[in-house]
Amino acid sequence: MRRVLKLAAVGAAATMVLAGCGQAPDSNTGSTGSAGGTADAGSTSTGEAAGDFKACMVSDSGGFDDQSFNQSGKEGLDAAKDELGIETVEVESQADTDYATNVNNLVSQGCNLTIGVGFLLEDAIQTAAEGNPDSNFALIDSAFSDAEFKPVELDNAKPILFNTAEASFLAGYLAAGMTESGTVATFGGMQIPSVSIFMDGFADGVAKYNEDNGSDVKLLGWDKDKQEGAFSGDFENQSQGQTLTEQFIAQGADIVMPVAGPVGLGAAAAAAGADGVKLIWVDSDGYLTAAEYKDLMLTSVMKQIGAAVQDTVAQTVEGGFTNEPYVGTLENGGVGLAEVRGAEVPAELQTKLDEYKEQIISGELKIETPNAP
Amino acid sequence: MSDQPHASSSHGSDAGSEQAVAAAPPAAVGTEGGHGPTRRDDDGGSVLHQILSGSALMSALAIVLALLLGGLLIAFADEDTRAASSYFFARPTDTLAAAWDAMWQAYVALFRGSVLDWQADSVVGMVKPLTESMVFSVPLILAGLGIAVGFRAGLFNIGAQGQIIVGAIVAAWLGFAVDLPPVVHLLVAVLGGVVGGAVYAGIPGVLKARFGANEVIVTIMLNYIAVYLISYMLKQPSFNPGRTGQRSPAVQPEALYPALVPDALVENDFRLHWGFVVAILATVFVWWLLERSTTGFQIRAVGANPAAARTAGMSVGRITIITMVIAGALAGLAAGGQVLGTERSLTAGVAASFGFDAITVALLGRSRPWGTFFAGLLFGALKAGGFLMQSLTQTPIDIILVVQSLIVLLIAAPPLVRSVFRLPAPTPRPRRPRPARTTPKEVAA
Repeated sequence: MRRVLKLAAVGAAATMVLAGCGQAPDSNTGSTGSAGGTADAGSTSTGEAAGDFKACMVSDSGGFDDQSFNQSGKEGLDAAKDELGIETVEVESQADTDYATNVNNLVSQGCNLTIGVGFLLEDAIQTAAEGNPDSNFALIDSAFSDAEFKPVELDNAKPILFNTAEASFLAGYLAAGMTESGTVATFGGMQIPSVSIFMDGFADGVAKYNEDNGSDVKLLGWDKDKQEGAFSGDFENQSQGQTLTEQFIAQGADIVMPVAGPVGLGAAAAAAGADGVKLIWVDSDGYLTAAEYKDLMLTSVMKQIGAAVQDTVAQTVEGGFTNEPYVGTLENGGVGLAEVRGAEVPAELQTKLDEYKEQIISGELKIETPNAP
Repeated sequence: MSDQPHASSSHGSDAGSEQAVAAAPPAAVGTEGGHGPTRRDDDGGSVLHQILSGSALMSALAIVLALLLGGLLIAFADEDTRAASSYFFARPTDTLAAAWDAMWQAYVALFRGSVLDWQADSVVGMVKPLTESMVFSVPLILAGLGIAVGFRAGLFNIGAQGQIIVGAIVAAWLGFAVDLPPVVHLLVAVLGGVVGGAVYAGIPGVLKARFGANEVIVTIMLNYIAVYLISYMLKQPSFNPGRTGQRSPAVQPEALYPALVPDALVENDFRLHWGFVVAILATVFVWWLLERSTTGFQIRAVGANPAAARTAGMSVGRITIITMVIAGALAGLAAGGQVLGTERSLTAGVAASFGFDAITVALLGRSRPWGTFFAGLLFGALKAGGFLMQSLTQTPIDIILVVQSLIVLLIAAPPLVRSVFRLPAPTPRPRRPRPARTTPKEVAA
């Protein structure tokens, strides 16, 4: 035991000595100078007009390292900071009870634009927007509603929404065309509109394929008419996602779409343990973000939260803030289907997909869902 | 820190007993409670010595030490400090200055966010942080009192979380679904929460009293049931007109706790409500219950020695059930404060982690009513200040959790704190064993 401790101590000391041996920078700017040349744009004003602008963001209880929408939101804000040289503040919430306090703190700190990530921050952002008419707000994944749950519009708050059904329709059509077992599946994290909408589109895509080809591809995990289906219960518990996916596989599914953020990794683990099962990732391109499972990824239904945040910030900095909801669609590229890799899509199916994409963009084909933004 | 092993080896016996006492709070509390009358006699001893070795000072020093250690973590988490430490040997002052700067800024922000924000424009804005600390302390104090009562009876009630959730479901439902005249509505909703919590805590009480089921296991399992119960309830049509499964309708205004500082007095945007007064009253009640009432005496007797209490003719089972019901009722009051005062509707996360933080609060308060009260205030302040600390200085919010845990960890090890600050050991304990150990030596010499 002694020896281990000694070795550890020597090792730690050596690391510290080595780590501390760098050259001191010549500049005499004091503690703000960063030796490694890391980005310190946050603390220094770039001298442009944008330097006075402060954009702030509050996460939901998932935190900014959730490999899902909180993270995408933060990446968008970071990108805006690098591009525009504005100041940004990001705060994480640990529990539902933290939202109001976090939002209020940011507003009183002088944030020009405060962005709430996720449906759960609706009340906090709405209350703050009503109480601070001079600041601007944005809310990702939800519109605003009054006490009776009727939609309302606020002059200084912009909902950032995504009509993901359009893209997941294509994913459903593709899945139905690619399945060999004739069974596909999907499950969600929590039954909230921003999750169910993925599953609605997916269900419609499968149904459309069956209609076009007179086939009988079965969908497990979601009943669009009843709005009932399989949910893992949260956005954290990966083993729950694994169990659900194993059950789907046991029932013959060979393509699974988990709509549950990091819980999708549990689905990937289950798919990796089975033969010939593919996944459809959501939010980001799973081929890149969940790289250890990239061989399993058929495609991804992408939701460009980061780009939407960046655009909203840029717009506000330029003085063009509007309370008009931003709705990501296939047309404006806010949602989309990632490149299909690792599988040959039959030319006929690909033509159909392109055709439907055109029809959705032109408005000829409408994906109806009760969860639409 | 170098004299730490020395201290613990020379005072081996008393350090050991101290640790044992601190590690098992119910027992500690029980023993002290058992010596209730003698505590007053102690006042005659050396006052300075009493203060230096007393538990209040030990708690305060543990807090200081935890804040210092937390400060080190803040410094290490700070990017400027890390950047400067890469050339530590070329110019060490940079690192130290940056570390000090990070720590100072963070704690200033913590203070500004929890007590007094002197940079605010108005007096109302200046004291708002203090009111926020009080808001966050309400559930911590109330649930902490419940845990403390359990500790005094020798019960480890880990189920405050579940009791808060069930209390919150009942209180919220009565708050939004029932129509009643103003004052009555609030009372009914608060009472509903109390009953909900009490019934839910009564389950492990009965199971322990009748069948000897371990209350730790039962309450932990009941916590899980409560978590899934609330998400099930939120999906039911009556709780969920928004069809989102996330949030109940807002509680009707008649059922809300009124603001503690009315707008008529000062124009303000405080969230502070009468729930804080309820917390004070509950503290007084628990003090009376434990120190002055017959039931309280029985609770302490059962906690000190169940066998002796049984021999003395007390029904241990009955006291167990009563204690759990009181603990649950207090947790239900905490739930009422949340849904009828602070949050004003029911969400799946309405209980946050108050039920578990309350255990820490009760430990820090050494299961004393007023100790729990002030511990709750401190944790409320840490929570409220943490928000500003994070948003102003980008200090990770988890540091606050680390500081809270360090405080409790240090409180559980009084000899450690004592040796760090070079304080004398308490007299009452060592006096007895010491003569016993030294006399034989003298005789031999």
